[in-house]
Amino acid sequence: MGFESQQDFGTPESRSEQLVTLTVDGREVTVPLGTTVMRAAAENGTSIPKLCATDSLKQFGSCRLCLVEIDGVRGTPASCTTPVSAGMVVHTQTPHLQKLRKGVMELYISDHPLDCLTCAANGDCELQDQAGAVGLRDVRYGADATHLGQAKDTSNPYFDFDPSKCIVCSRCVRACDEVQGTLALTIESRGFGSKVSAGLASENFFGSECVSCGACVQACPTATLTEKAVVEIGTPERAVVTTCAYCGVGCTFRAEMRGEQLVRMVPYKDGKANRGHSCVKGRFAWGYATHQERVTKPMIRASISDPWREVSWDEALSYTASELKRIAAQYGKHSLGGITSSRCTNEETFLVQKLVRAGFGNNNVDTCARVCHSPTGYGLAMTFGTSAGTQDFDSVEDSDVILLIGANPTDGHPVFASRMKRRLRGQDGKPPAQLIVVDPRRIDLVHTPHIEAAHHLPLRPGTNVAVLTALAHVIVTEGLANEAFVRERCDWDEYQHWADFVSQERNSPEALAPVTLVDPQELRAAARLYAKGPNSAIYYGLGVTEHSQGSSTVMAIANLAMATGNIGRRGVGVNPLRGQNNVQGACDMGSFPHELSGYRHISDGATRKMFEADWGVSIDPEPGLRIPNMLDAAVDGVFKAIYIQGEDILQSDPDTRHVSAGLAAMECVIVHDLFLNETANYAHVFLPGSTFLEKNGTFTNAERRIQPVRKVMTPINGYEDWEVTQKLAQAMGLDWNYTHPSEIMDEIARLTPTFTGVSFKRLDEEGSLQWPVNDKAPDGTPIMHIDAFVRGKGKFVVTDYVPTDEKTGPRFPLLLTTGRILSQYNVGAQTRRTANVEWHPEDLLEMHPQDAEDRGLKDGDWTKLASRAGETTLRLKVTDRVAPGVVYTTFHHPATQANVVTTDFSDWATNCPEYKVTAVQVSASNGPTDWQEDYEELSERARRIAEPAEPAE
Amino acid sequence: MSKSTIERLIYMANQIAANLATSDDPVSATAAHIERYWDPRMKAMIKAYTGNDLTPAAAGAIGRITA
Repeated sequence: MGFESQQDFGTPESRSEQLVTLTVDGREVTVPLGTTVMRAAAENGTSIPKLCATDSLKQFGSCRLCLVEIDGVRGTPASCTTPVSAGMVVHTQTPHLQKLRKGVMELYISDHPLDCLTCAANGDCELQDQAGAVGLRDVRYGADATHLGQAKDTSNPYFDFDPSKCIVCSRCVRACDEVQGTLALTIESRGFGSKVSAGLASENFFGSECVSCGACVQACPTATLTEKAVVEIGTPERAVVTTCAYCGVGCTFRAEMRGEQLVRMVPYKDGKANRGHSCVKGRFAWGYATHQERVTKPMIRASISDPWREVSWDEALSYTASELKRIAAQYGKHSLGGITSSRCTNEETFLVQKLVRAGFGNNNVDTCARVCHSPTGYGLAMTFGTSAGTQDFDSVEDSDVILLIGANPTDGHPVFASRMKRRLRGQDGKPPAQLIVVDPRRIDLVHTPHIEAAHHLPLRPGTNVAVLTALAHVIVTEGLANEAFVRERCDWDEYQHWADFVSQERNSPEALAPVTLVDPQELRAAARLYAKGPNSAIYYGLGVTEHSQGSSTVMAIANLAMATGNIGRRGVGVNPLRGQNNVQGACDMGSFPHELSGYRHISDGATRKMFEADWGVSIDPEPGLRIPNMLDAAVDGVFKAIYIQGEDILQSDPDTRHVSAGLAAMECVIVHDLFLNETANYAHVFLPGSTFLEKNGTFTNAERRIQPVRKVMTPINGYEDWEVTQKLAQAMGLDWNYTHPSEIMDEIARLTPTFTGVSFKRLDEEGSLQWPVNDKAPDGTPIMHIDAFVRGKGKFVVTDYVPTDEKTGPRFPLLLTTGRILSQYNVGAQTRRTANVEWHPEDLLEMHPQDAEDRGLKDGDWTKLASRAGETTLRLKVTDRVAPGVVYTTFHHPATQANVVTTDFSDWATNCPEYKVTAVQVSASNGPTDWQEDYEELSERARRIAEPAEPAE
Repeated sequence: MSKSTIERLIYMANQIAANLATSDDPVSATAAHIERYWDPRMKAMIKAYTGNDLTPAAAGAIGRITA
């Protein structure tokens, strides 16, 4: 595949079903009504010169380069702003047009530096291309007033802004507005003084509201906004379409390469999850892939007090296999287990769980979804019959009401947040959707440019179920339920049982207000708005799942959607926003200890038989251990070895002291990762991993979309991760002989009814597929439960509010809740190794001004954060984003050790930790806690690598 | 504040029973949940527990599980 930018049709596509035929340059063209002349020509292979138009943005009509002549029309209209009409006859090139265009171009070039040969955009510059296209040969003006020689703004770590090269086409400003929805950029001044500005004139890009999504850089037709990597390396020479490895949105990118060097990641316009948009992480934060701290050689050590010893792959794998065999012989086969990774591909997670079930001979396999979306799996399986979100992302375009619960999309799922913002601002002539936010914190979407939530219910952390029950109370008692839908699609008796329950006076917003702290009138209004719809969609995140009633909350959400008939068509549904790129996939692949791929319980004999026949082994019919149970069993001395692929449980899992005690009690901890992460401090074997740029495979995003991940460079550690797992399996005596991940997918398809139509070939042809893909849905399933629920009738489950046992009191009067920030990702292992740290160098503790004043604390103070589990220190940020009584922090930095503070309480059904509610006290501090100091010392000691012995001369 | 394994299992069993209290048959529902999601050692440990920290529904459920 050679390098070629994606074709730019100039203006967005029209979705009209009515077709219009016109003639362009003597050739007939048929396009949808509403298409512009520019786009009609482009679709027919005619490229009309243009500068201010690009197909990701609405037509603007400022550059005057795209003029055309139309028979019967006076003058020379701009083709970008002229819609087609039937029978129209268009001429794109005439002597008159040529003269006009040349004149316009001459004016542009008269105020543009003529340094093309040394310019970063040389060969990738629309101004250069168009100057050529219009035949410009001479520039007669320009000695006097120009915009040349202005200072570059290099403040952003990923791109430069060079105003001298700006042609004021406004594409960047429009991209920030229309695509990203941040409106950080503007054109300051007017006329000849017009200049692109990031907010106030005094601000540079870094100090502005800019979120570094890259949409402006993508839109810029010149070198005015250019990636620093292009400035340093040069333009790419080939492009490979692949899938981002950050959040669960799963953006499609073109990895633009020079040799094996990645030059830039450019969002792919045909990506169905992102539709050509990106965020600061996927677009720019990929430098970790070549970071100097990446471990590239396998290492082993007998004890964690020893330094690491670099060894060959053969030695590492045979040592690991012998240790696993020794431990199985000594302590029994149930003393082994494994953890699959939501950051690895479907094929890789499938192999890890296969290694555990077929190689270790037990079901002790779990995945990091345990600590994020396991309640989604449980709750949606119970109510709808399948463990996945119901919609595709495009569905939001048809929503009238969006209910957002415990999610902060502008930080956690920024590209989808931009889609949502477009809908919340109104699009294509449709009135804007209305927004209801249920969140203890005033997230950005509550009040952001051109968006104002209709209702924000700032509930007390831990009372989600009470709030949802109160919403249901209003819907049922005020007669707003869609009984016709319920009678047809759900179990009517169960509905009545549920309706009786929610109708009880004790579940009214007024009765629950002392618990939830939500204004009953506001809650009633929100319930009415959601019920009115007509298309109401629920989007939720970890603020729903990471609670002692996480699974109940998911079921309460499903109840609400069913009761109002908001399931089974575009614009509605229940949509979990998945944290990591492949959480959905890891769950689909049978990573949980109680189920095989496709969410089939391990006790189901027929399913087991299928796998047993295919794998040639017998499979244990009993569920295995979940991560927290593995750690308990380790502390008890019966769980001794663990293979952890691409997870850092010491940092990401709750109650760090318990995790470290569990890991320390094991005899063989195998960490398969990119870096010596925190868990590796307790490891005996380190197997270096590969990045998403170095492997083939698939990821499945939050909309069940299976997307190809394509290898663009050789793994610097030597092997793709699936190869490492296979080699370990072979060292243990298993006869595995996969030569390509496509063969693993073939096995998955063979064994999983929802994947029978999936293959790499099919994915290459289609770009992506949303499961189920099988005989019933050969092209996949964008929207689920259309005519019937997967389980048949939708099931209403009564979800009574059971308060968490994590309670505030005189010693711990505040409630801590945790979340994420835009520039960082999860435990930060990747993003901390990029320039993203410039935005978020440390985790901060947010506190309401009143609480800060009560404690004599001010912004920037070092504070001690203590809970019943432990204590840590971090700096304070005083803000009224959080309500009095609530404090908030992120967990992206290991030094913060936020999980030293979180407790061992967890979801009743799935053991998903209750990260979102911890009773704490905050006081002034003058330094790190003993734990932080001890841990830092341990980390330094545990990361030593022995120097190879030099032979004597 | 970490609990011992048996303390945690008792806590989990009580928590499951409390959350299934509104189902038609809380004891059966709790037993089914534990059967479905706990590994054999956890089931055996809770089955062997003779103290009285389990709520009546949880204790009833554990009487029904096979370990």
